[in-house]
Amino acid sequence: MIKQDISKYKHIWVFIEHDNKEIARVSFELLSKARELAKDLDCEVHAFTVGEKVEQFAEEVFKYGAKKFFIIEDPFLKDYITEPYRDSIVYMIEKYKPEIVLIGATTLGRDLAGTIATVLQTGLTADTTALDIDPKTKNLLMTRPTFGGNLMATIFCPDNRPQMSTSRPGVYKAIEEPVKGEIIREKFKFDKAKYTKKILEKIIEEGEKVNLGFYDIIVSGGFGMGSKENMKLVQELAEVLGGTWAASRKAVQAGWAPQTRQVGQTGQTVHPKIYIACGISGAIQHQAGMKSSEIIIAINKDPDAPIFEIATYGIVGDVLEVLPKMIQMFKEKLGKA
Amino acid sequence: MHFLVFIKQVPDAAQVRVDYETGTLIREGVPAIINPFDKHAIEAAVRLRDQFGGKVSVLCMGPPMAEEALKEAMSMGADDAYLLSDRIFAGSDTLATSYALWAAANHIIKKTGPVDIFFAGKQAIDGDTAQTGPGIATRFNVPLITYVIDIKKVDPEKGTVEVVRLVESGQEVIEAPMPCFLTVEEELNKLSYAPLPYLIRAAKTPVTVLNSKNTEIDPSFCGLKNSPTKVKKAFTPPKRERGEIIEGETLDEILNKLYEKIEPVLKEMGKV
Repeated sequence: MIKQDISKYKHIWVFIEHDNKEIARVSFELLSKARELAKDLDCEVHAFTVGEKVEQFAEEVFKYGAKKFFIIEDPFLKDYITEPYRDSIVYMIEKYKPEIVLIGATTLGRDLAGTIATVLQTGLTADTTALDIDPKTKNLLMTRPTFGGNLMATIFCPDNRPQMSTSRPGVYKAIEEPVKGEIIREKFKFDKAKYTKKILEKIIEEGEKVNLGFYDIIVSGGFGMGSKENMKLVQELAEVLGGTWAASRKAVQAGWAPQTRQVGQTGQTVHPKIYIACGISGAIQHQAGMKSSEIIIAINKDPDAPIFEIATYGIVGDVLEVLPKMIQMFKEKLGKA
Repeated sequence: MHFLVFIKQVPDAAQVRVDYETGTLIREGVPAIINPFDKHAIEAAVRLRDQFGGKVSVLCMGPPMAEEALKEAMSMGADDAYLLSDRIFAGSDTLATSYALWAAANHIIKKTGPVDIFFAGKQAIDGDTAQTGPGIATRFNVPLITYVIDIKKVDPEKGTVEVVRLVESGQEVIEAPMPCFLTVEEELNKLSYAPLPYLIRAAKTPVTVLNSKNTEIDPSFCGLKNSPTKVKKAFTPPKRERGEIIEGETLDEILNKLYEKIEPVLKEMGKV
């Protein structure tokens, strides 16, 4: 392990994830959480990012309490590519020495964080769901689910800086607290011949966002839905509720939903405010991906289905009868009829 | 061509139960399996080997019992299997693990020749970190491509690969020079049944054991003591209690009761 003088590191840095047009919501959530941590550490919250056009984000970032916004703008950073993003970010981190670096645990964030931490030879805790400061040592305490959510582990990084964590989207509330911030523009000289990986094509699925973690309501369909056609009921209910839809492994294997929407051990792990399981029996493998949801509503005609063991509210009935009525009811109640 | 696949033996996380009295995991009787994502990495490497020739090496860090996982990898078609096993690795975090695997892979490369494509599963189902693969790729300083769902083309003459990876907004088609490092999703391929010749070869071929004595691994980067992250405590999350089955004379009544229960939450979320 590399020995460091950790006293030189100060302030909390939050990575601003973006597509050069819009900031990912998790970045605001992390800025808000970082303000709480900064109080305990008596330090400031700073935001940082790199990209083609990122200065445009300054106002929004300051609205969430970042006192400084460190940026590198370069046309070379038009698309997210691991290596140039890593190298330019590492340059800023080595120059300014933040004590803590927080990154959203998105596809991009998880791709980026592991490689940055390796270059910096520091600790990284993946996919955390709670962040606290140890009152005695002032170390960052990072708590994360492991073993399919069966065990929680609190991790710390006592002797290396920065302390790094990727944090799950949707865990912290994004709360505004505007400050007058300062933009700090850095430059990085890319040795372009070094970066040989390139994006040939981007296939954007319009309205088909695949990161289920972005949604606070997920309506999920299982084998009990009976057919691909019937999965439309799941999609419709999700739309009425302003959430997204997902599926169990069995439904995916039957070809009723793409694998990108699979919840469970070999799919995505989700923890929305409301998870509605439709015709899902609730095998342990499925539960591993959704049992940390705040409210679980289960609809299943089998009263002995394991899903009822963990459901907050259960309806014993045929999904094909319940869902159409439910869609109609929510349309009326939510004023979408 | 030479394909090197990093695999991990994991307890089948889905079968791990919690003892709420003691707050520990019950691992007894839980089968150890090859991490499901890693199996698809092996499958992909074997198919490329069958197409282009060359060999598939598989490397696993773990206790002696992880030999089983390597035997299974050979029964899936891998040619050479290496077990990296030494007490000095105990308690390694992802940074220390990626160091050890990188150093062991360098040893394999020195003995058997350069690697064209490195493979790993996108993450392990026990730790779920998705950090070790990127860590190894970074140490090799080769292009990293995570969440791969399709290998469209491997061009040995041009020395490039063309793959499709999953991202939040959809998919990206990436071209990268070899050597490169791919971490793969389950939907990359369908696993084949192990053909008999592979099973026979797996039974006959010994697993090469690597450790701190027979490689150039520097112990000062290994194990708990040399891992930047440490576990402060582990605990079981509160048990989810069985909730309420909503009953009523009619479906309308049931649904209205349900709505009343979740209305405050919907309001808080700004849905109402």
